[in-house]
Amino acid sequence: MKWSIKAWPEGLRTSLPLVLPTAAIGLSFGLLAGPLLGAIPTIVMSAVVWSGTAQFGALTILTSGGGTALAAGTGLLANTRFLPMGFAIAPSMSGRPLRRLLTGALLADASFVIGHRDGGRFDISAIAWAAPPQYVGWVGGTIAGVSGATAIGEPTRWGIDVLFSVFYLSLLLPELFPERVRRGERQGSSHAGAASSGRRAWRPRNLRPIIVAVLAAAITLILTPIAPPGVPVLVAASAALIGLRTPKRPVTADADDDV
Amino acid sequence: MRTWLLIIVLAIGTVLMKTIGPVLAGGRQPPAALTRVIALVAPALISALIVAGTFTQGQHLVIDARAAGLLAGAILLWFRVPAVLAMLVAAIVCALLRLAV
Repeated sequence: MKWSIKAWPEGLRTSLPLVLPTAAIGLSFGLLAGPLLGAIPTIVMSAVVWSGTAQFGALTILTSGGGTALAAGTGLLANTRFLPMGFAIAPSMSGRPLRRLLTGALLADASFVIGHRDGGRFDISAIAWAAPPQYVGWVGGTIAGVSGATAIGEPTRWGIDVLFSVFYLSLLLPELFPERVRRGERQGSSHAGAASSGRRAWRPRNLRPIIVAVLAAAITLILTPIAPPGVPVLVAASAALIGLRTPKRPVTADADDDV
Repeated sequence: MRTWLLIIVLAIGTVLMKTIGPVLAGGRQPPAALTRVIALVAPALISALIVAGTFTQGQHLVIDARAAGLLAGAILLWFRVPAVLAMLVAAIVCALLRLAV
């Protein structure tokens, strides 16, 4: 029995750096929601809803004087991005419907990002294993927040919220620029096992992921001031519909001279 | 009572949205065009999450310390610095800027 972090499931290892930032945001939620909802409901909410965007969305409505129905609607709208995420991971899943339902319930933003592989495939076990650290961080952070762990102040002051953007970017870059950032090298050695054959080879340029990423970013920026929270990200997912067009040349062909 | 109702609706609704795809479309190989779309859902959503998490505050577009942190992180990632280190530097840049302003 040699104890080694390398023997841990990949999704678990990859999501470990997120425990602290997740806990910090959970702490913010506990601090803000505790006085309004009560300690126990706030903790239960984090435990059963387990979604920062939905919970902050609902909380924003309640604190600004909105009713329960509006708060619920806003919270759910903020989570509509899970619909395209669910349909995206579905083809990579196997097993009976009940098993797929339970695995699907473990889906979260970070797990989706961690589990995504080239060509639209998803590592379902990585998605599932990415869940426990985030769940523990989220609920634990909330408990700390409602218990009045105010000593460190509002944690988002300390730049913790930018951690998620950088983490997501670290998992997006290899897809946009496969020849620039090699998957096997990001996150130190944590992906060494995943860097199998072919990853190091130069691949022909596939511009579509870059176009889609830029388009999605633009949609999010344009819609943010005019649409309710959550809607911009959902609509941004529609940038993927570019894929309906048949590629002019197969992306596996020698297309390196493109642009 | 209303609080508990809100919690129940949010919990069930969130699980429903996460699981409809896996339950209805799980394990089936979609047509080629749809496969190409699915391959692009991840870059679209990840990019949108980054923009929403960095350049928005509620319904306002903002450029603040987070943008500087992300830029620092992006440069490090571009030069193949491990993600954990890039995250650390980004948070430090962001926190220092917030202290200074």
